[in-house]
Amino acid sequence: MDYSLVVAIELLREVAGLILIATGLAVIFGMMRVINIAHGEFMMLGGYTVVLTTKWGVNIWVAILILAPLVVGVFGILVERLIIRHLYGRIIDSLLATWGLSLFLIGFVTVAFGNTVEGVSTPFSSFSVGRYSIAIYTLFLIFAAIAFITSVYLTLRYTKSGLIARATMQNPDMVESLGINSKLVYMATFGIGAAFAGLAGGLLAPISGVVPGMGALLIGKAFITVVTGGAAVVAGTLSASAILGSVSQAVTFATGPVFGDATLLFVALILLRLLPQGITGRIFTRSV
Amino acid sequence: MSEPALLATSGLTMRFGGVVAVDQVDFAVKAGELRCLIGPNGAGKSTFFKCLTGQLRPTAGSVVFADQELRGATTHEIVRKGIGIKTQVPNLFDGLPARENIALSALQNHSKKRSEEITDQMLELIAITALANRDVGHLAHGERQLVELAMVLAGQPRLVLLDEPAAGMTAEERGRLANVLRELAGDMSLIVVEHDMQFIRDIATEITVLHRGRVFLEGDVAEIMAHREVQEIYLGKEANGAA
Amino acid sequence: MLRAISKDWLGAGFVTVIGLAILFFVPVLFDLFEVLQMTKYVVLALFVLSLAYIWGFGGILSFGQAGFFGLGGYAFAVSSINMGQTTVPFLIAIAVAALFAAALGYFMFYGRLSDVYLGVVTLVVTLILWKLINHTAGPEYVIGTARLGGFNGIPSIPIMTLPWQPDQEMEPSHMFQYFMAILIGVYVLLHILIKSKFGRIAISIRENEVRTGLLGYDVRLYKLAIFTIGGAIGGAAGAMWATYQTFVDPNIFSLEWSALCLIWVMAGGVGTLFGPMVGVLALEYLSFQLGQTDFINNLIIMGVILIFLVLLLPKGLFPTFRDFVTKHWNRRHE
Repeated sequence: MDYSLVVAIELLREVAGLILIATGLAVIFGMMRVINIAHGEFMMLGGYTVVLTTKWGVNIWVAILILAPLVVGVFGILVERLIIRHLYGRIIDSLLATWGLSLFLIGFVTVAFGNTVEGVSTPFSSFSVGRYSIAIYTLFLIFAAIAFITSVYLTLRYTKSGLIARATMQNPDMVESLGINSKLVYMATFGIGAAFAGLAGGLLAPISGVVPGMGALLIGKAFITVVTGGAAVVAGTLSASAILGSVSQAVTFATGPVFGDATLLFVALILLRLLPQGITGRIFTRSV
Repeated sequence: MSEPALLATSGLTMRFGGVVAVDQVDFAVKAGELRCLIGPNGAGKSTFFKCLTGQLRPTAGSVVFADQELRGATTHEIVRKGIGIKTQVPNLFDGLPARENIALSALQNHSKKRSEEITDQMLELIAITALANRDVGHLAHGERQLVELAMVLAGQPRLVLLDEPAAGMTAEERGRLANVLRELAGDMSLIVVEHDMQFIRDIATEITVLHRGRVFLEGDVAEIMAHREVQEIYLGKEANGAA
Repeated sequence: MLRAISKDWLGAGFVTVIGLAILFFVPVLFDLFEVLQMTKYVVLALFVLSLAYIWGFGGILSFGQAGFFGLGGYAFAVSSINMGQTTVPFLIAIAVAALFAAALGYFMFYGRLSDVYLGVVTLVVTLILWKLINHTAGPEYVIGTARLGGFNGIPSIPIMTLPWQPDQEMEPSHMFQYFMAILIGVYVLLHILIKSKFGRIAISIRENEVRTGLLGYDVRLYKLAIFTIGGAIGGAAGAMWATYQTFVDPNIFSLEWSALCLIWVMAGGVGTLFGPMVGVLALEYLSFQLGQTDFINNLIIMGVILIFLVLLLPKGLFPTFRDFVTKHWNRRHE
């Protein structure tokens, strides 16, 4: 009984983690058809923001929930202005450019802060279930992921900017003819996607610590989730996170962490073989 | 007169969600026949065409070509069985000269040397030898249509499907195309999806009218042109008692 | 037409002659350290050919070419340690990488993944290989007598021998010549392949995939074949890298290697074989020089170069230079 509770929580944590790391990527992909390869490094920047600002005495919640998304969001807008803007309509080139950005950021942070793991102390303690102990922060993370994806959904569904965003996802060419400045939409999109990455990096920092190369550990899962989910941000991320997260966590429990990721990829490949446009390309075509 | 059909569909149906774009179409073309497929916008012509070419997989029904079932086959498999496809928007290798475009098609079944010979024949047949060495990306729309036709013919098909081949052509090019199509009929079967009634008058012998996804009428040019309900459909009025 | 083709063969012949000259004269003219350094460039040139071919002549942009490089390296390491010889392991390395490419390619091309998805899937596959092999540190991960060693890598990989002299480890200068001969051979074979019927259809797929399918060619099969050839070449390069270093570790699978390979091809120009090889030489030399300083590291340089190439020189250095020269040449001769 205790064990199954632990398993369930771990499963939820994995799904929550996927939702957090993939949503920012999904927003940018859904709106702009750009896969931001530097997404992992955006998360890394969010993590470093938390580590540095808490060292300077900033309250940890302020650092995680406000500063990390803010700093990375502003950085994202900067990147959009300097690089991405010149590459609209050149999808592959934008992939390559963001990859260049990813290499640059890893290199830069390594030079600036060294190639070692920096930690933040985990807020909250843990409680025990029978023989097992569970960190309260884990529960908080699950809660945060639910709150996060719900607010993204509500924003897309019920606000004016959400409507513009949904229209852009359905038909990018229409937006301009509706009298909306698509350049502004894209800039905001990239900034918001980056802010989501910053938030995810900040939330994960207390668990895993931060290191310049941490992006590579997170990005693979984020990519798989988005590609498997397809173009719809909320439905795609949710369905793909749920399927892939449970499968990989189940395999991890059965065989250890080595094959968890490999299974994740394998399941994703099979899904893509069956549904080349991702889950939402075929099944939930009208969803957001 | 029970000559077997080269291509025949039976009960061919294509549904998109709740919309039935092609509704139980029975359609047959004999060897050497030139058939026009007409109908107003939204009649299901393009969808029907795509069901034949393998670009869409029909929801139900069958397509039989030379005694082989085509439903479920991929486009390249269908082409290899002897069906040439000329798409609506000219679809060419823009960076390559016309000659190489055409040769690529012949290469499918022939050696390099033989392909060059076939290419020369096709250039002459369509009377575009003057364009042979120009990059097709720089050609006018009508010229591109003709190059694509030569390309399709270089694959030596038994049946050619043409989707609005005269679109964007000058009157002179149209005349040339009509002549070519009439000459080709007999050696091979042709199905021409067309919108332009004048062009159809120039080429057609037999016509099938599609309306609302169904075969509305079949007959020769004079019959169809004289038919009151067909005229009404084309003028956009409701055809009462269509059945 | 005819003139264009003969000019093309002339170019390839010219490159081959330069290659042969390098093969014969480098070991005579340079000292041991320099020959070793140049052997590295030769291996990396072969690695870059794998991507230059599939991207430039098949339109397949792989973001995970390091996957094949790494598989080749590990397959060679494991099998040569087990077998006590190197010729068969070299072939095994090529076969393993090619089979992996074929399996992955089947999923991607028969699943009709679009370009973006293709890039992402190849990248993720390499990431997973990197993670998997990193986790194999424990003593239970053994293949025959070779421990995989996880993040510690596999040390003491045998030095390659010539196939006809299996008892004699190659001297550095001989290794340089052997590898150079392989590079020239692969270059010539790829050139013949590109000029063949297969190559023409591959290029037509790059130019217009839909139309090629409409002409009755099985686009998926062609792409699969091209991708597999690229995997085989990448695997060969990986095996050569492993024996050159006498060591491999999981970082051979890292994103950096895939990115480097892309950067070399882009710098040299997509759509040529010669350009990317020059790209390797130029950029490796550059990063070797810049790498001497503390405040700037390799990743920063590569990142900046990649962004710069995408934004300002999308055609690559070599074709830009070539177009510039031919333009001026033509102007002078008009």
